[in-house]
Amino acid sequence: MMQEQGIEMFKDKRKSIMNWLMPKLLFLCALVSIGTTVGIVWTLFGETVAFFKQVTVFDFITGTQWTPLIDPRSYGVLPLLLGTFQVTLIACLFAFPIGIASAIYLSEYAPNRVRKVVKPILEVLAGIPTIVLGYFALFFVTPQLQKIFDTMGIFNALSAGICVGIMIIPMISSLSEDAMNAVPKKLREGAFALGATRFEVATQIVFPAALSGIIASFVLAFSRAIGETMIVTVSAGATPKIDINPLDSIQTMTAYIVQVITGDAAHGTIEYQTVYAVGMTLFIITFLLNIVALLIARRYREEY
Amino acid sequence: MNLKIRRAQNKMFEFLFILALSIAMLVLLVLLVQIVIDALPRLSMQFVTSFPSSEPSEAGIYPALIGTLYVIGIMTPIAFFIGTGAAIYLEEFSKKNALNSFIQLNIRTLAGVPSIVYGILGLTIFVRGAEFGASLISGAFTMTLLVLPIIIVAAQEAIRAVPRARREAALALGATKWQTVARAVLPSAVPGILTGMILAVSRAIGETAPLIMIGAFTFVAFLPESLTDSFTVLPIQFFNWIARPQDEYHELAASGILILLLVLISLNITAVWLRNKYQKRI
Repeated sequence: MMQEQGIEMFKDKRKSIMNWLMPKLLFLCALVSIGTTVGIVWTLFGETVAFFKQVTVFDFITGTQWTPLIDPRSYGVLPLLLGTFQVTLIACLFAFPIGIASAIYLSEYAPNRVRKVVKPILEVLAGIPTIVLGYFALFFVTPQLQKIFDTMGIFNALSAGICVGIMIIPMISSLSEDAMNAVPKKLREGAFALGATRFEVATQIVFPAALSGIIASFVLAFSRAIGETMIVTVSAGATPKIDINPLDSIQTMTAYIVQVITGDAAHGTIEYQTVYAVGMTLFIITFLLNIVALLIARRYREEY
Repeated sequence: MNLKIRRAQNKMFEFLFILALSIAMLVLLVLLVQIVIDALPRLSMQFVTSFPSSEPSEAGIYPALIGTLYVIGIMTPIAFFIGTGAAIYLEEFSKKNALNSFIQLNIRTLAGVPSIVYGILGLTIFVRGAEFGASLISGAFTMTLLVLPIIIVAAQEAIRAVPRARREAALALGATKWQTVARAVLPSAVPGILTGMILAVSRAIGETAPLIMIGAFTFVAFLPESLTDSFTVLPIQFFNWIARPQDEYHELAASGILILLLVLISLNITAVWLRNKYQKRI
C-alpha cells in the first residue's frame, strides 16, 4: 500500500511542470541581485552625469572647499574624502589590534567552553545598530574624552572613529578567526612537536598561513568603516573642512548625504545632484576595496 | 632563545590577547549599562503606547514601533522567497558558466555596498521612479534589496551542507530534480536558512540610513494604514531625538534604544540557539 502511494506521488502530472518551471523561477530570483547592481550603477550614474555638466571632474576631485549649500558655492570633494578617511583611520587603528588579538586568542588559545560563551557575545556586539553606537559616541565617549582633552568639541572625529572601530571589531575578529581556523591542524602539531610555544605557533605558523584571509578581513572592515553613516552623522559633525586634528568637527561623505536629504534641497537642483556625485564616489571606493578583498582572499589562499 | 624567556613571552602575549578580547566585551558591557542608566527615568508602558510629542514626558514610540513592524512584516516574506530562491538556483540548478560565477561574485560585492547607497537606489527607483513616494512599500522594498545578500549567502551555506547522499537517494528513487530539491534537500537546510533570516531581520530592524534616504525622516503623528502611507521606524525616531539639544529627548532615545536592544539580543540568541541545535544533526 505504502509503495503504491509512493508511485502515485511520482506519477503526479504536476511533477513535470514543476520540474520545468521551478529552475526558471529560481533563476529569476538570482537575477534580482544583478538587477540590484545594475540599478545602483544606473541611478548613481544618471544624476552624477548631470552634476558633472555643471562642475568639472577635475574641480570635484582636487577642490579643497566643499560648500554646495551656502554661497560662495564650491564643489571640491577633498574635505569630505579626508574627513571620511580620518574617521576610518582612527577606527582601524583602534579596531585592527583588538580584532586580530581577539582572533588569535579565540583560534589558538581559548578552551572550547570560553569560545562558546565569547563568540555569541561578539555577535551581539556585531548586531548593535549603528544609531546606538552614535548615541554612545555622542553621550558617553565624547564626554569621557573631554575630561582628558579640554579642547575637544562636542562633535569630533575621534569619538566617531572609536565607535566606528567598535562596530568593525567583531567583523575583523570573526573573519580572521575563520582564516586561522582554516589552517590545518597538522602544521600546528608539527611546530608543537619541534618544541614551539603557543605564541610561536600562532605568530610564525598560523598567522603567516592565514595572512591572506586576515588582510582580506582588514580591507573589508576598512570598506565598511568608510560606508558607515549614522555614527558619523550623529557624532562627527557637519563641518566639511581639511583638518587633521581629531578633536575637531569634520564631515564625512555619508554624513553629507544625510544632511542634504534631511534638508530641503529640491529634486533637479545641483544641491540634490551632489548627493549622487558623493554617493558615486563612495560606491566606487567601497566597490574597489571589496573587489581587492575578494582577490586577496582568493589569489593568495594557500592550498594544503 | 632560552626556554624560560620563550615561556614567559608566551604567557605575556596570552595575557595581552585576553586583554584585547576583554576590551571588546567590556565596551559592550559599558554601552549596555550606559543605555540602561539613561533609559530608566523615562521607561514606562505609556512610552510604548504614546505618539511622539513636543512634550517629552508624554512622548512615545508607538508609530515608530508600528512602522518598524510593518516594514519588517512586508520585507520578510519577499526577501525570504527571493533570497532562498536565488540560493537554491545557485547551489542546485546553476551550471558552471560565466553568468553564474558573475552572479556569485556580484552577491559578494553587494554585501559590501554601504547601506546608504541602497537608500539612494530606493529613493531613485521606488520613491521617484515607481512613484511610490516616501511610503511603507518603498521602505520595505529598499530593505529587501539590502538584506538579500545576507539571506542568499546564509541559505547557500545551509544548502551546501546537506550531504550528497540525500540527493542521490531521492534521485535513485525516481524523484525529479525539483522533487529532490524540494523534499530531500530543503527540509534539512531549513534551520540554516532560518538562522540567516533572523540575522537579516535584525539587521533590517536596526538600519537607519537607507530609510532616511527614502524620506522616512518625518514627524509622524498617525499610523500608516496602507502600503502607500508615509511612516517612520524606531531607529529614525531615535535619531530625531538624539539630534535635539534637550536632555529629556536623549533620555527618550535611550529608553527606545533599550527596548530595541532587548528585541535584537533575543533575536540573536534565537539564531545562535537554532544554529547550535541543528548544526550537528545533518
